[in-house]
Amino acid sequence: MTNNPIRKERFVKWVLVVFALSSLLFLFLIFMFIFFEGLPLFHKVGLKNIILGFKWAPTKGFFGIFPMIVSSFLVTFGALVIGAPMGLSCAIYLSEYSGKKMKMFLKPALELLAGIPSVVYGFLGVVYIVPIVRDHIGGSGFSLLATSIILGIMILPTIISISFDSIMSVPKTYREGSLAMGATKWQTIYKVILPAARSGILASFILGMGRAIGETMAVIMIAGNALKIPSSILDPLRTLTGNIALELAYATGDHRLGLFSTGVVLLVIIMILNYIANFGIKRRT
Amino acid sequence: MVGKIGIILVALATLVISCSSKPQDRAKNNKQTITIAGSTSVMPFTEKLAEHFMIDNRKFVIDVQGGGSTAGIQACVNNTVNIGMSSRELKEEEKMLNTITICYDGITIVVHPKNPLKALTLQQVSRIFSGEIRDWKQLGWINRKIDAVTREEGSGTRSSFEELVMKGNEIDDGIMVQDSNGSVKEVVATDPYAIGYISLGLVDQRVKPLTIDGVVPSIRNIKTGRYKIVRPFLYVTNGELDEAGKKFINFVLSRDGQNILKKEGLVGFYD
Repeated sequence: MTNNPIRKERFVKWVLVVFALSSLLFLFLIFMFIFFEGLPLFHKVGLKNIILGFKWAPTKGFFGIFPMIVSSFLVTFGALVIGAPMGLSCAIYLSEYSGKKMKMFLKPALELLAGIPSVVYGFLGVVYIVPIVRDHIGGSGFSLLATSIILGIMILPTIISISFDSIMSVPKTYREGSLAMGATKWQTIYKVILPAARSGILASFILGMGRAIGETMAVIMIAGNALKIPSSILDPLRTLTGNIALELAYATGDHRLGLFSTGVVLLVIIMILNYIANFGIKRRT
Repeated sequence: MVGKIGIILVALATLVISCSSKPQDRAKNNKQTITIAGSTSVMPFTEKLAEHFMIDNRKFVIDVQGGGSTAGIQACVNNTVNIGMSSRELKEEEKMLNTITICYDGITIVVHPKNPLKALTLQQVSRIFSGEIRDWKQLGWINRKIDAVTREEGSGTRSSFEELVMKGNEIDDGIMVQDSNGSVKEVVATDPYAIGYISLGLVDQRVKPLTIDGVVPSIRNIKTGRYKIVRPFLYVTNGELDEAGKKFINFVLSRDGQNILKKEGLVGFYD
């Protein structure tokens, strides 16, 4: 208790530093926890047998997660195929074409889209997308295609907001210069603005990938979770996250460790993606 | 500023202390707690039994948790729970526990009601799930891939199915996996080309149970031993139970307890 303003300032700063560092601490603890639980199995079974193994039967001693790594990348790629063109178009429209009123309407709508819980997306997928795929395209409906569609929608807000920011940060003089040279609006966007905002747009795709690869609830509900690498877009598949969530409830012993190893692989993949995305954003500025 | 934070800290501390003192209050009221954990297949029935038991015996609190058969058995070995629930037989290394069979549950092979198929042999079911039979045409229906659904690795229902139906054959990698009886049923109820397996107690008009080797899955056929895909629901204990635990088990095995299980579609020891 003091009225000395300088000490008070210091005190506030100190409290803020503690809270700020706490998030770092949590990250550190999560890393420690996952690696400590997951690494012993790598030691026991061998890195190659886990990462490149084709057979997952943890109660019988097989811990191969290669099909799941492939499947995770497949759904992520599928989500990008669907989400990237839509997201980028939306960002271009928002930044270059839309009036103030439209923007006032679209932006909150997008924020709402980002706030919808993933279980709701999963539920919609099971009730609508899966039967549509089954009845009109084929297969059981629980498939790479259905999962890609849902994930494509889920990553839209990430792609839109980051591409929008990077397009908006292209200096006004670029636009004016291009238009003054007689280029049309679309030529300006296509030839000047998008190349200038390229690294930010790429970063938005990579962060979108990070979101898609980490998504769990919606994926278990619609992916079908079969262990094989899908041979067509109508085949079911199991992702790394899905594997953990699906089997955690019953897992004990080595089986549980196997799930933590899955977590380690997932964490490494997400770290690499985030690193690439940050690298892309930094190079711009 | 500092004063305010101090007050908040003191308030938090009191909260923590008051929380931690709660179990002692419970003990003062002389309530005895029985903890039960394990199979999620057995859990809903145990909860129902516990509810009824606690109405008549207000001195006892029964705490029922899930976690799966394997986890329940493990917890019982470690003495972290009084009773473990299992929906599969014990493995060799778990045999030091006492087992009490509380009832039997049939595993039914189910298809969509639109499916004209009525019966399969055990052999055919095993070949569907091992990936040898992939098309409904091979079973005399339309030319369409079979959407088979199984349970995830570690599930008690899956390990009973592997033991009773697959008999050593492996379930194919390309088959869909769902993580509960409920989601398997949901897939089968919505996909006309699906086939899956669930507890007899959960079968309703949304799915169609198949006759296996000429025997209809029914409580009577399970009781007479004609229907073969049957697994026990077990309670396991490590050594002697305390008074409360014994009383609960006696209730479960009594006519009242068994009637509750029978109402839920399980097969008990009385008629």
